[in-house]
Amino acid sequence: MSATTAAVPPKQRPDDAADRPVDRRRGSTLLRHLAIVLVAGVVLVGVSYAVEPFRNFQLATVAAYLCATAGLTVLTGLNGQLSLGHGALMATGAYTVALCQNAFADRGMTGGWLLPLSLVAAIVSTVAVGAVVGVAAARLRGPYLAGVTLAVAVVVPALAVTFDGVFNGEQGLSVPVEPPPLALGPYFPYERWQLWVTGAATLLAMLLLANLIRSRYGRTFRAVRDDEVAARLAGIHVARTQVLAFVVSAATAGLGGALLAVLAQSVSPGAFSLTLSLFLLMAVVIGGLGRLTGALWGAVLLVALPDLTHSVTEMLTLSPAVAQRLEGNLPLAIFGLTLIVVMIAAPGGVQGLLSRLGRALLARRPTRRS
Amino acid sequence: MHRKAHRGLAIASTIALLITAAGCSGGDGPGSGGASVPGVTDTEITVGTHMPLTGPASAGYSKIAPATKAYFDYVNANGGVHGRKITYKIMDDGYNPANTQQVVRQLVLQDKVFAILNGLGTPTHTGVLDFLKSNRVPDLFVASGSRSWDQPDKYPGTFGFNPDYTVEGKILATYAKTNLAGQKVCFLGQDDDFGRDSLAGVEKVLGAGAVAVKQTYVTSNTNVAPQIGAFKAAECKVVVLATVPGFTALSIGTASRLGYKAQWLVSNVGADYPTLAKQLGAAAPMLEGMVGTNYLPMQNDTANPWIQLFTKVNKEHNGDAPFDGNTVYGMSVGYLFVQALLAAGKDLTREKIIDAVQKGGFQGPGLVPLRFSDKDHSGYGGQRLSRVTGGVQSYFGPAYETDEADGPVNEYTAAPAAPPANGVPTVS
Repeated sequence: MSATTAAVPPKQRPDDAADRPVDRRRGSTLLRHLAIVLVAGVVLVGVSYAVEPFRNFQLATVAAYLCATAGLTVLTGLNGQLSLGHGALMATGAYTVALCQNAFADRGMTGGWLLPLSLVAAIVSTVAVGAVVGVAAARLRGPYLAGVTLAVAVVVPALAVTFDGVFNGEQGLSVPVEPPPLALGPYFPYERWQLWVTGAATLLAMLLLANLIRSRYGRTFRAVRDDEVAARLAGIHVARTQVLAFVVSAATAGLGGALLAVLAQSVSPGAFSLTLSLFLLMAVVIGGLGRLTGALWGAVLLVALPDLTHSVTEMLTLSPAVAQRLEGNLPLAIFGLTLIVVMIAAPGGVQGLLSRLGRALLARRPTRRS
Repeated sequence: MHRKAHRGLAIASTIALLITAAGCSGGDGPGSGGASVPGVTDTEITVGTHMPLTGPASAGYSKIAPATKAYFDYVNANGGVHGRKITYKIMDDGYNPANTQQVVRQLVLQDKVFAILNGLGTPTHTGVLDFLKSNRVPDLFVASGSRSWDQPDKYPGTFGFNPDYTVEGKILATYAKTNLAGQKVCFLGQDDDFGRDSLAGVEKVLGAGAVAVKQTYVTSNTNVAPQIGAFKAAECKVVVLATVPGFTALSIGTASRLGYKAQWLVSNVGADYPTLAKQLGAAAPMLEGMVGTNYLPMQNDTANPWIQLFTKVNKEHNGDAPFDGNTVYGMSVGYLFVQALLAAGKDLTREKIIDAVQKGGFQGPGLVPLRFSDKDHSGYGGQRLSRVTGGVQSYFGPAYETDEADGPVNEYTAAPAAPPANGVPTVS
């Protein structure tokens, strides 16, 4: 690990351990990321036509979760700060969107630009909350940091219940969302539109995150994670870096929560329980900590697992009592077991495993001259 | 550079393939002339529900859907409805509105159910009303007494089943007014439309300022000591509970722990004695004297022909599970749905079943009539009071009927219908 200076870095230095020790890439990182995002966008549109509505809805949910897991992987994987409170940050974004959309609806305002506006408002409000938590978090280490973020995870949903005049308690708020624009045709499936909206927002967020990770800021994040003393000696302002990482991570979590609220057309504290915060952390660990692709696997897992366990319980002909008990608790059990197995067998998570496989396959092939 | 070209080529061809696949699978148009109705084939009707099989409201409620399913299995064993068997998909939402969103989408979009039947919970079901409406899915006999289900103009496909909580509040308050006159009345309700609607009914009868202490609870917090403590401090003699079974048990258990005695008046959704006794365990004697409401035959009334029928169905198709008010409730819902299917005719569509329910005129196990019409989508229109005496819950007094507005609370005296001989309704 090279202790990079915070000064303008020379071009093309071998990247650090968080990345594959690949060849020195030529060309611009920005262009490469743009190309990947464009390809992903085209693929998403293609897929949205190819699969049925429910799968579209699930993919849209994956996209929403991906925002949150990507932000968390930047915070925990790259900057080394543990957060058990990301569910609460998602809730902040979700409730902001709900309040904004309701305010617009009450004033009889309509238009396609309202939703982006609400999403931006959600990000702004979450950034504010994230900055407050981040300032506290920058002073704390290890179990103390875990404790504070845990408190946030518990407090925020409780606020929704305490101030039920605004947030309507456990029943939550509905989120009025406009139907797809008429330009797409009268029978355009609503779920496809949902995938487009969430997909666009998520891809944009991922593009920004990917660039950030590859930038000077990303390197300072990693430097602080690896050795705070060395980072200080290199002229990095450690606390500022940690707060920045928290804010970036909070912003994406807020966007993720906001997208979830838009998808469900409702928001309630039950959707953002402590369990969700823990699930998010488990998802990024299982997916592969510190990598955006790992965050993607994590998000897929978050959506696929409950569905999978339901199918499993349906396949097994169990007595009703047993089936009931399994239904709610099996996802948790499987998640826990998976986590343990992954930690033992593949500490790099799913993505680490895939990279290793890929490398092994490449090593077998006779090298070609380029 | 070679490799880059290769990669680019690979990506491009993948996209081309995907788009071709998408082009082949197009077809977003509306259903081709209404040829196929979702969830209906010549031999099968698939309906779904969301239920709290786990979580804070699962006590008692988790037995409702299996009972409904058992009744459907009984009907299927007797030849089904118009030659079709009924398949009932039960999804667990843990009484969490966020999960309800997911599982209902799965039922409608993936499993393509014909209708959602008896989805349980005020906070949970409120969140899916718009989704069901925009997908034109019949939303029948919601398992809650919220007044939200009775909005024929806004939600034409949604129908209630339970008497609404305001009607119930009026009936409970009338009892307090006539039999417990002059005693201080207090109220504990769930912090959503369930509690609010119930309180509105109580205040309609007693007057706006008559309820001395009003407390709410949330299902995520199982400590009700502050609320019960407030009742104790205010020396409430009568407490009206708009609570799910788990919280009825919690409230009464907490009161006994605090050495506080009151006359409990409990909502029908949280007053089933076997469920509460099971929750309280050794403390079950605390339920002595509790006044509740109900509108279906009492689970322990073995002389009632409906209870005899449901007991038989429970034995044959539900593994002889413990028989309680939730079993009776679930089977009554099943019976009503079969009646609606029969009335909708052989050529079943979503529009036809909604028309059939709106036409009304269903005779079933209820002690009071169902109110369905094209202007009224609420379910049962009244209730009868019950009391626990010597560990046995039984009805007393007449059944009452009223509306959710300011109408009077009237006695209802018509005798309930008897079940058909083989337990399967016929086209009336």
